[in-house]
Amino acid sequence: MLVVENVVAAYGAIVALKGVSLTVGRGEIVTLIGANGAGKSTLMMTICGSPAPKSGRILFDGEDITGLPTHVIMRRGIAQAPEGRRIFPRMTVYENLRMGAEVLEGRHFAEDLAFVCGLFPRLKERLAQRGGTLSGGEQQMLAIARALMMRPRLLLLDEPSLGLAPMVVRQIFAAIRDLNRDRGLTVLLVEQNAYHALRLAHRGYVLVNGTITMQGTGAELLARPEVRAAYLEGGRAQDAR
Amino acid sequence: MDYALQQLVNGLTLGMIYGLIAIGYTMVYGIIGMINFAHGDIFMVGAFVSLIGFLLLGLAGISFVPLALVLVLVFAMGFTALWGYTVERIAYRPLRGSFRLAPLISAIGMSIFLQNFVQVTQGARVKPMEPLVTGGLVLRSTGSIEVTISWMQILIIVTTLVMLTVFTLLIARTSLGRAMRACEQDRRMAALLGIDTDRTISLTFVIGAALAAVAGLMYLLYYGVIDFYIGFIAGIKAFTAAVLGGIGSLPGAVLGALLIGLIETFWSAYLSVQYKDVAAFSILAITLIFLPSGLLGRNEVEKV
Repeated sequence: MLVVENVVAAYGAIVALKGVSLTVGRGEIVTLIGANGAGKSTLMMTICGSPAPKSGRILFDGEDITGLPTHVIMRRGIAQAPEGRRIFPRMTVYENLRMGAEVLEGRHFAEDLAFVCGLFPRLKERLAQRGGTLSGGEQQMLAIARALMMRPRLLLLDEPSLGLAPMVVRQIFAAIRDLNRDRGLTVLLVEQNAYHALRLAHRGYVLVNGTITMQGTGAELLARPEVRAAYLEGGRAQDAR
Repeated sequence: MDYALQQLVNGLTLGMIYGLIAIGYTMVYGIIGMINFAHGDIFMVGAFVSLIGFLLLGLAGISFVPLALVLVLVFAMGFTALWGYTVERIAYRPLRGSFRLAPLISAIGMSIFLQNFVQVTQGARVKPMEPLVTGGLVLRSTGSIEVTISWMQILIIVTTLVMLTVFTLLIARTSLGRAMRACEQDRRMAALLGIDTDRTISLTFVIGAALAAVAGLMYLLYYGVIDFYIGFIAGIKAFTAAVLGGIGSLPGAVLGALLIGLIETFWSAYLSVQYKDVAAFSILAITLIFLPSGLLGRNEVEKV
């Protein structure tokens, strides 16, 4: 469904991705793990065309989307819940969700609103509240819900667990698993919380300094000693807290 | 007392005209964080387009005043909006992502260009127009002073209120309005939701220019004289109004404009007509020093 081939991307003079290739198949959850600054978020944004790749190709559903403007790429069926959530702070929760439905020009809005409110009942209680006044966990739920309002075929999730209480993290990961299982939603998930992410994902990639160094199924990567040493001991410690 | 009441009527009328211009400043600032210094000159272009519209209607032999007003309003809004769009397209869009001062310098250049363009093509002399709407209502008549509100003033106030209502509904209820607010709050996220942000920004300029055209028409009708330089002073006063109200805030722009209109009028009535511009600009300085975020400027707590 998504094919990234040898993508090089840079912010100004800083090269963040040095020839990254990966694929995400239809119906898969694929995770990308790596340390801070490895280029995970840059890859997510590059898939969405901002920044556009310096070289390499990105295919979505077999069509070349390299160099297209961001809004055109998103309208093809990709949605992103980005790093830092990026909720519109001075819009209500309802309006934030309505913004997600702009690509569909509001079609199916009532139906989709009911669906995301069922997925995250907390949002239903807060529909009239401004986005900026939500807690971190609620904002993350809103960010995912807003992305789902676009009815994407591919959902990009950037660090959905960052800064959240373990219980909220479990809730969000359960929601991702259900969406994938029940609705066949394809997910590319960026995480620092490698243990959770690898257990959830069908396959994973490890990104180090802008290069993919390892790949395999979630279980394979979980068993690799280098992965354990680099990402899991810390991840588990974080999880246990 | 009656004298003051009369000044209140005059001040509100002037404030309405400033308000229509101030919205354009504050809206553009909100969405791309630049002061569009050419906006006052877009207002001036609107006044000229209106005058040309009236002359064309005169040639066509249309003399029914309400019809003429509506036709000229539509013509001026459409044509001036095109100017607003063009200015954004050629002078600001290529500089997006450049350093912060670049579009400001470009805006000042555009302002100078528009003034000179109109001066060269329309001539430097003032352009008078016959009063189209005359007469008025006497509100109070006691002793020597009559408090009147002219039909012209009523027309200005009513038209402005209608425009503001339509505009407020547009921002609050429509898809475009939501997209504009989204771009204002987080342009990159808006793009991630499939919003064509360049188009949204263009439309912001178009709407701002159309409102400025309404102000231009009102100015032409109210004062009956225009020249290529009116955009500068009116523009800076509307800018002052936007800053006073809190730049980026739409209700603030209207509130600031009404206050500036009233202050200027009362200052002229009771103190000195010669120094009325000083009054307005002193407010700009005082606001920037003591209340930089303005009366209704943003100052809210956001959790991260």
